[in-house]
This record gives sequence, structure tokens and C-alpha cells, in this order.
Amino acid sequence: MTDAPKRTPLYDLHVELGGKMVDFAGWEMPVQYPMGIMGEHKQCREKAALFDVSHMGQVILRGDNVGEKLETLCPQAYATLKEGKARYGFFTNEDGGIMDDLIVSNAGDHYFVVVNAALRYQDIPHMQANLDGVEVTEIFDRALVAVQGPKAEDVVGELCPAARELKFMETTLADIGGVECRISRLGYTGEDGYEISIPEADAIRVSKLFLAHDDCEPAGLGARDSLRLEAGLCLYGNDIDQSTSPIEASLSWAIQKRRKEEGGFPGAARIQKELTEGAAKKLVGIKPEGRAPARQGVEIQSENGDTLGAITSGSFGPTVGGPVAMGYVAADQSAAGTKVNLIIRGKAQPAEIVALPFVTQNYKR
Amino acid sequence: MATYYSEEHEWITVEGDVATLGITQHAADQLGEVVFVEQREAGDEFEKGSEIGVIESVKAASEIYAPLDGEVLEVNESLADNPGALNESPEGDAWIYKIKLSDASQLDDLMDLDGYNALIG
Repeated sequence: MTDAPKRTPLYDLHVELGGKMVDFAGWEMPVQYPMGIMGEHKQCREKAALFDVSHMGQVILRGDNVGEKLETLCPQAYATLKEGKARYGFFTNEDGGIMDDLIVSNAGDHYFVVVNAALRYQDIPHMQANLDGVEVTEIFDRALVAVQGPKAEDVVGELCPAARELKFMETTLADIGGVECRISRLGYTGEDGYEISIPEADAIRVSKLFLAHDDCEPAGLGARDSLRLEAGLCLYGNDIDQSTSPIEASLSWAIQKRRKEEGGFPGAARIQKELTEGAAKKLVGIKPEGRAPARQGVEIQSENGDTLGAITSGSFGPTVGGPVAMGYVAADQSAAGTKVNLIIRGKAQPAEIVALPFVTQNYKR
Repeated sequence: MATYYSEEHEWITVEGDVATLGITQHAADQLGEVVFVEQREAGDEFEKGSEIGVIESVKAASEIYAPLDGEVLEVNESLADNPGALNESPEGDAWIYKIKLSDASQLDDLMDLDGYNALIG
């Protein structure tokens, strides 16, 4: 694709706020604002931060028995997803790998699906080809804004009292600043918060209403990445991909009991086998003992020098106050407390396998 | 005391045959918040263009390349515990190395402040 990067409905706001714009998955997005990644990260952990996530694909599914049909593509129990509820899931392929991860919401007369920016060109045709009798429509005229952090309920609730009533993974339509928005209590930072789908013509105005709150500041993709990593949340393309199974990725919590038992989704043979017998490798948290960050691709070795796997995401965790990472290791070496070495620029740096997440998730259940 | 600048966004001040090397404010601003610095040890010799350290920000790792031939005389140890100093005073307290120059004539290949300011325009 040689096209110029696309701009979200919030582009002019990013520029006005001093956002440092970068090309991300074909979109011109702010990696940070003048506050900086560390400050924006802490802002989200301690107060509230506003993120533009409009680059992600927003899709409407209409038809009969959409939930049942989604179960043919995903190992989640979407047939029993109640109206007003949202559920994290993923498309699996015939080999049991993950094609993409997504959030599905039951919006009553339709289903609302959010997929990764770079994978809309795969996911939308995939749904159109395989969801028989379901009308699959991508929405291009709405922004998607995340307000995340312990003060998110105050920031959003002052403008939209209905937001206070939502629990984690619940969704509703509500008026914010005179315009109807879809508001869902979820996110990808490990903090309480909302993702809000706003008509594009009102997106900057409504975002400015949130930012007018003393406790809300804009945050970019840099902080979004360090926040999700500390929260132990997988990034598609880094930590999960077409070859990794959900069991390897420690995502078995996202497959509901009935689906684990009954199967009936792509790759069920491998996934059910790994549920019973365990997978050969496992995604784990890794805490370097020194200060050097271990980036994607760094080799993980046992203390006696055997290769165990590689880092898939690694950075500096501003809340942890040191480097944090995730990576795959051989399953028999994956217990928390296992000492390993990370080969950073040719030198072995000591590290330890730790339980995820690095910071306590702070969801409002 | 003359100050020279490299295209790799380093500054060098020379007093006698001892030079002090660091990164420019412009480089520090581009890197973002520095969280780790990997430095060579005193006594290490290096050639122009070779990697002599790594600066890691929250976002990414960036190599430091030697702007000329030399030997490390002294390492600024304070950066290990306080890497953020590279954002606050990269052209002051947060120098990276004191070095002995192998060939002072290599300084002629570097820029003065006007030249550097023109580069970063």
C-alpha cells in the first residue's frame, strides 16, 4: 500500500494539542503529546487519559442469529452474549492460530464489532464470506475515543450519567453533549474506562468536553502500548498471530466453558488438545533484573544457556518503574519465579518469569 | 574551548587532548524520555563510525556512533542511575564520555554550531 496515511476525525485536534504524529498501520496517529509518554502513562494510571482509537475498524453486523453464526468463526460464547454486554474474543484459523482479536457487543438490534486497524481488510471479507445471511457493514463516519483511568467515570459521568451505571464489559447508547454515542465500559489499559463511538462531525467537540475536565489529558499510542503491556494484554502482531494458539497465548480465560467442551470453531482440534494436554510453549511475563529494556525479538535462554524462546513485547513500564516484557518460553520452563537470561546486544542479562499482569487491573465489575 | 557537532547529533568539546562527548538537545528531544544508557568502559578504544553505546527511550533503542577515533578515559557513571538527566541537560551535566583523541585533525570533519543548526534547521 503506497497510499498516504489516513487521518481520523480527530486529526485536527491532535495537531492543535501538539501531538507528535507518526504513521501507524496506515494511519497518521499521535505517538505522544507534549506531556510525554511517561507522563501520559501515569496520567492514565492516576487520573484519566483520552486516546484516539478511531483507526480501529468499527463494524455492524445485522441479521438473524448473528451470535450463533459468530461462533463458527470464534471460540467465544457469542450466542449467549446478552443484550448490552460486550465480550473479548478472536477469530481462529483452521490450524488453531489467531487471525485477529476483537470486541463483540450485543447492541440489541445488531452486533457491534471492533477489530484491529491493520486487519480490517482481512476481517471484514472473512465475516462477509462466512456469516451466511448477515449484513456486514463497516462504519466510516464515527470516531472511536477511549477515556481510561480511575477518574474516567467522573470525566464521562459528568456529561453522561448513564455511563456511571455501566459495569465492566457493558455497552449502551447515550447522549453526550447533545449527540447520541455508543458508550462501552472497557478498554485496553488495565484501568477502568470507556470506549465511545461518536459521529465524526461531533468527535472533536465531544472530545474537548472530556478534555475540559481537570483530570483528563490526551495520551498517544506510546502510552497506550506501555499501559497495555503492564496490564499483560496481548498486542496482535507482537504477542499473538496466525501461528500462536490462544492456549499458548494464555488466553484460555477468553474461551467460555461450553465452547471449550463442544468445540465447533476453526482450529478446535488443536485448541481442545492443548486445553487437555497443555501447549508446548506459553506466553509469560518477564521482568528484567537490570534497567535495560528487552525489546521484541530478544532471545530468552535458560540459566544454562538453552534457548527457551523470544520476547514478543518489551519496553519500560513507567508504573513498574523498570523494564517489563512478555514472551514465549517452553511450557516446562514457564513457572513464575523461573530465572532466565535475556540476550540483549550479545550480553546475557538476568531476568525472571513473573505472573501477569505487572500492575493490578482496575476494572469496575 | 571549542565545541564541535556531528551529523549523528553529538557534541564534542575539546580542552587540550581531552574531549567530552554527549548528545545534543535536539537528539534528546527526538529520542523522548531516556530510561537506560549502555556505555563502554574506560580504556576501550574505538574507531570513527563504530557503535560506542546505546540510549534507550520508552519507545526505542538508539545507538551512539563514534564521531572520531579515540579511547574512553572516563564514563559518566551518574547516567546509570539517572538516565533521565539526558533529557534535562544533555549538553551539560549529562555528558557521556571523556575521551582521548587519536587524531585531532578528525575534528575538521565536524560541524560548528552554525553548521549544526543549519542541519537540524
